[in-house]
Amino acid sequence: MAHDAAHDHGHDHHDHGPGPWTRIFTTTNHKDIGSMYLWFAFFMFFVGGAMALVLRAELFVPGLQVVQPEIFNSLTTVHALVMIFGAVMPAFVGFANWLIPMQIGAADMAFPRMNNWSFWIMIPAALLLFGSFLVPGGAAASGWTLYPPLVTQGGIGTDMTIFAIHLLGASSIMGSINIITTILNLRAPGMTLMRMPLFCWTWLITAYLLIATMPVLAGAVTMLLTDRHFGTSFFNAAGGGDPTMFMHIFWFFGHPEVYILILPAFGIVSQIIPAFARKPLFGYASMVYATASIAILSFIVWGHHMFTVGMPAAGNLFFMFATMLIAVPTGVKIFNWIATMWRGSLTFETPMLFCIGFLCMFTLGGFSGLVLSIAAVDITLHNTYYVVAHFHYVLFPGAIWGLTAAVYFWLPKFTGKMYDETLGKWHFWISAIAFNITFFPQHFLGLAGMPRRIPDYALQFTEWNTISTVGAFLLGFSQLIFLWNVVKTIRSGEKAKDKQWEGADSVEWTHLPSPVPYHTFETVPNLKLAAPAH
Amino acid sequence: MKNKTLIERVFLAFTALCMALPALASYDVNIPPPATPISAQIYGLHMYILWICVVIFVIVFGAMFYSIFKFRKSQGAKADVNFHESTLIEIIWTVIPFIILIAIAIPAARTVLDMKDASHPDVTIKVTAFQWGWRYDYSADDVGFYSYMKTPWSQIGQPGIEATEKKNPDYLLEVDNEMVVPVNKRVRLLVTSVDVIHGWYVPQLGINQYGIPGFIKDAWFKADKTGVFKGQCSQICGKLHGYMPITVRVVSEADYAKWLADAKTKWSTKAAPAAAAVPAEDASKQYSLDELKAMGEKVYAANCAACHQPNGKGTPPAFPPLAGSKIVTGEAAKQIDIVLNGKAGTAMQPFARLSNTDLAAVITYTKNAFGNATGKAVQPADIKAARR
Amino acid sequence: MSTAPGGYYFAPPSKWPVVGSTALFFFASGMVMWMNDIQPVGFLSLALGFAILIYMLFGWFGVVIHESESGLYNKQLDVSYRWSMSWFIFSEVMFFAAFFGALFYARVFSVPWLGDFDNALIWQGYGAKWPTAGPYLDANADYAFKTMGAWGIPAINTLLLLASGVTVTIAHHALIANNRSRLILFLFLTVVLGAVFLALQVYEYAHAYSDLNLKLTSGVFGSTFFMLTGFHGFHVTLGAIMLTVILFRCIKGHFKPDHHFGFEAVAWYWHFVDVVWLGLFIFVYVLV
Ligand code: HEA
Ligand code: HEA
Ligand code: HEC
Ligand code: CUA
Ligand SMILES: [Cu+2]
Repeated sequence: MAHDAAHDHGHDHHDHGPGPWTRIFTTTNHKDIGSMYLWFAFFMFFVGGAMALVLRAELFVPGLQVVQPEIFNSLTTVHALVMIFGAVMPAFVGFANWLIPMQIGAADMAFPRMNNWSFWIMIPAALLLFGSFLVPGGAAASGWTLYPPLVTQGGIGTDMTIFAIHLLGASSIMGSINIITTILNLRAPGMTLMRMPLFCWTWLITAYLLIATMPVLAGAVTMLLTDRHFGTSFFNAAGGGDPTMFMHIFWFFGHPEVYILILPAFGIVSQIIPAFARKPLFGYASMVYATASIAILSFIVWGHHMFTVGMPAAGNLFFMFATMLIAVPTGVKIFNWIATMWRGSLTFETPMLFCIGFLCMFTLGGFSGLVLSIAAVDITLHNTYYVVAHFHYVLFPGAIWGLTAAVYFWLPKFTGKMYDETLGKWHFWISAIAFNITFFPQHFLGLAGMPRRIPDYALQFTEWNTISTVGAFLLGFSQLIFLWNVVKTIRSGEKAKDKQWEGADSVEWTHLPSPVPYHTFETVPNLKLAAPAH
Repeated sequence: MKNKTLIERVFLAFTALCMALPALASYDVNIPPPATPISAQIYGLHMYILWICVVIFVIVFGAMFYSIFKFRKSQGAKADVNFHESTLIEIIWTVIPFIILIAIAIPAARTVLDMKDASHPDVTIKVTAFQWGWRYDYSADDVGFYSYMKTPWSQIGQPGIEATEKKNPDYLLEVDNEMVVPVNKRVRLLVTSVDVIHGWYVPQLGINQYGIPGFIKDAWFKADKTGVFKGQCSQICGKLHGYMPITVRVVSEADYAKWLADAKTKWSTKAAPAAAAVPAEDASKQYSLDELKAMGEKVYAANCAACHQPNGKGTPPAFPPLAGSKIVTGEAAKQIDIVLNGKAGTAMQPFARLSNTDLAAVITYTKNAFGNATGKAVQPADIKAARR
Repeated sequence: MSTAPGGYYFAPPSKWPVVGSTALFFFASGMVMWMNDIQPVGFLSLALGFAILIYMLFGWFGVVIHESESGLYNKQLDVSYRWSMSWFIFSEVMFFAAFFGALFYARVFSVPWLGDFDNALIWQGYGAKWPTAGPYLDANADYAFKTMGAWGIPAINTLLLLASGVTVTIAHHALIANNRSRLILFLFLTVVLGAVFLALQVYEYAHAYSDLNLKLTSGVFGSTFFMLTGFHGFHVTLGAIMLTVILFRCIKGHFKPDHHFGFEAVAWYWHFVDVVWLGLFIFVYVLV
């Protein structure tokens, strides 16, 4: 299906020979590959969302109505894996593919063939992940964190998941190497590092995080595999190992991973807000330093996922303090965005609406993160719906809205056609309301003590769960508007201007027509004078 | 009490204020009322941070919404393109959050240190988690018992099958045997697990402690009021993770003594078989059917009855009955395989950690109990041969 | 295929990425089936995946080598390759870091914890001394094992790898000085040293299994020992294969004194493998 979708996304390319199918399989063009990534991610978002809707349906009222508990666990696990590895990360890579070469004045990515490979590796991974529902024993049902020994009890589906993770990791590492090399080595003359648009900066740092952590995840799941099949004792106390060791290794990856899921969105927002405030980003340099600090700090905070495993007090304190510190650079970012709007000349097209939504809701999610980072408070909140509320607040209005804003913002550039503003506004308002109906009550559920990853719950949790489920279905509906708007734009959108947004100042708006030609730059552009002033 | 910093004083005053609130508020939107000094501290901390966040939110987004209304293009606002840098402002908004964080960190660190100090317990209870229930061992008093969820499947229902019974008010939170502790005593919990990771989580007591197989981790509480406090397993542990409630009853010291005396008659551990299997053994020894059955009964009680029930009837659909099971009444090899290696993806874990003799005994027992009259015996040597 | 005036090389469309993904699909499925005893499909799938992978590698590298030798690559691309190889090696470092982390964690935390006062409730009488197969397995005579000892084969292996690092550097200097015969000789020596290292490693494993009763299943010591040295050995194998390819390319007259990144990349990789070994030698063999 993903292929079909990619195929649909034909922006007519007069100049290139091979038929559409050959082109999809063999392309080395960063825009083709970017589009394939984006369609793949969009598809996965809907599948992951559909799984979430099944979860929410089961949680509509107490009792078991829709799925068996073990299927519920599998759906939870795969929902998370699909959303994180299948939707958000590929979508960011898709934008990186489209935008980075254009924004820094390069002809293409540094390694076009490897670029295509990074995309195509995700297909076998997706097949393995979804195929695991069909094998005896079902898909992995241990939560996306895959803690042993529970994961050791899993069947063949668990092995398929592990290999899917290996493949996705390989894809991410290759993609990241490509992005880093492109940014470091292919900038056109005049595009110094400190003049790069923030999307490039955040991706540069994200790629670094990916290369540093994905191999660690690969190591962790490899140990799971050998514990499962070859009699090793990494996570088995009887043999001198420790299940907690897996948690340490996993979260050494896992916490940087959550910033991998947000930093590129920070970059997107940092470009869209100035465009609609019609003034340069406030504090460009401090934005770069803040991003780097977040990345560095992210390596020493992983223990905040483990306050309840029984670490020594010193461990809990260290991880608590380190985690709290992240609020400082993140705060700098929030303040800079608001200062960008201050004394601007604001308009509120759809991308801007999503960015403002991002600001408010992500900050709420950050605050609940701060509450969780207090080791003592985390004791009552760990593995409750409060955590679920926290991370959906940072992931949905954070990562997904960041991406949504990017789609609306750059679609005119990619396709040469303008989206339907009215539909866009509907999309924003319905999803903003529905999102809060879905996830705000989950804070209450968590505070009241409802554990996560359960298919059934005690009666006092009923009302909020029912409301949350209703919200989730409304939220799903609002995503259908999104899909419709994108398809409509591509098929029958009005012609977009080369510089669709008055305040946009990065190279793709100032130097290139809409839609962008198949080969962005045939010759290396000189950006010495034209690069945006920060 | 130790000397207090200014921050701590402010914090304490604030906590006292917030503690007055629970009397008014409905608990559905907040942490349930604390029952120990630690959980009271947690409650206070949470309110304190919550209000700080609310204030920051109002200020920060006040500024944002102000600019949204004030600096709209449609209102004729002109962008001030030179306002895009100010080292002073940037330093200010780096330093202020940092100071706020310190004001949070100090009381938070105190609480962390307090909750980690499990010294001088009055009562020590070993909590052993398993799929899916709890075992509580009052080792000093030789009392040990299991605690399971009491809610019947007829209240829960199944996909496609309506629940036939009305749900109790305590639906999913009721257990057969409660953990009982005396009020105003320091209770130390030694939490562990025999299969996968579980979480012993009772919010009102301020405890959420993973039980990790093969390790003992400790936690403590001192309840300052009597009552019944409920919780659930907090860490995903397989199929029935949602059906693993916890109930702690805090009683007066006199009631505790009474309960303990009663418990000793019901659940004395002295009479029970030594549960732990000893790996050292002579696997070539041949036993008679009766010897195996006698040994097996004990192994069964210690290892299998939790799920398959003492009467072998299990609790379908979660746990299949062994009474009349095709695998149990059929050829030995299949059953040895499932008991030795477990069944992937189910709660039926590998029991390879038991000795060959114990396994032979328990398999022989199941083949000749609960109405399974096969008359067949399995010898330790068979198990040894079947081990991978 | 064109080199844009500004110095851009547009890679033409290529089928190899999709071929590679197909290979990985069969390879991964084959691994899953093999591990779950689904035979012979598992084995066939594994073999098929492997075959396609080899086909892909030959094809893909063939194209790259051809392009490189036809002088299509400019200075900028050379720098790109350098960046990418450095980051790739960094990712490998992090992969090993996970396993070294496991080793340190077991030695510093989990094993001492298992032997502490509270855990005596579960593991009575466990001494918690490294090396260990863990509290349960240590109590079972069947699992008693001896460790390898650092000053026999491992020490020789250390010398071999260090020497190979020297020979590959000499070869590199020879290449820069355009001394082809010296280049080929020392490259050949490097491959030989690598091969001898691997042979000794295989011998050592056999010795561990048959004489020392030290196995992958020997608790956490066996797990970390074999996974660390095993993954290292696997990387040496890869490195040796790559060196061999480079050797044949040198014999065919590829590379120029000022244009030989293929050679350097492999040399970098070889040094990386070397450094990992030093870590292993110290933490796995010497400091038991
Ligand atoms: C995009 C993803 C993302 C992001 C950005 C974050 C950001 C943060 N997260 Fe979150 N987190 C997750 C995704 C994310 N998290 C996920 C997926 C999980 C669950 C994993 C699982 O178990 O399945 C999780 C779980 C999680 C836990 C573990 C909870 C538990 O299991 O018990 C904790 C605990 O410390 C935590 C803390 C934080 C903190 C402190 C931040 C900070 O970065 C937030 C910083 C931001 C702000 C604070 C707001 C803006 C700042 C200001 C306006 C400045 C002024 C503010 C102050 C001075 C307070 N997160
Ligand atoms: C980027 C990450 C991301 C995103 C976007 C989401 C999106 C959503 N999540 Fe997600 N979620 C996670 C990451 C994410 N989640 C993670 C990491 C976990 C933890 C897992 C674990 O415990 O291990 C989790 C767990 C989780 C739980 C807890 C499960 C449990 O503990 O048992 C719940 C429950 O409400 C939930 C709900 C939702 C909902 C309603 C959405 C909605 O926002 C989705 C909205 C979108 C749609 C609904 C798509 C539209 C689809 C349709 C309209 C249907 C038509 C379909 C087709 C044509 C195919 N999620
Ligand atoms: C934690 C729960 C649990 C414990 C303890 C447990 N079992 Fe099981 N057992 C199960 C479950 C669940 C199944 C069903 C597996 C399946 O879905 O096929 C099962 C299946 C079986 C079967 C196969 C029955 C059939 O007809 O399919 C046998 C035999 C068996 N168990 C024996 C034992 C013995 C003997 C012990 C003790 C040494 C034991 N079990 C302990 C949960 C348990
Ligand atoms: Cu036990 Cu969850
Ligand atoms: Cu985290």
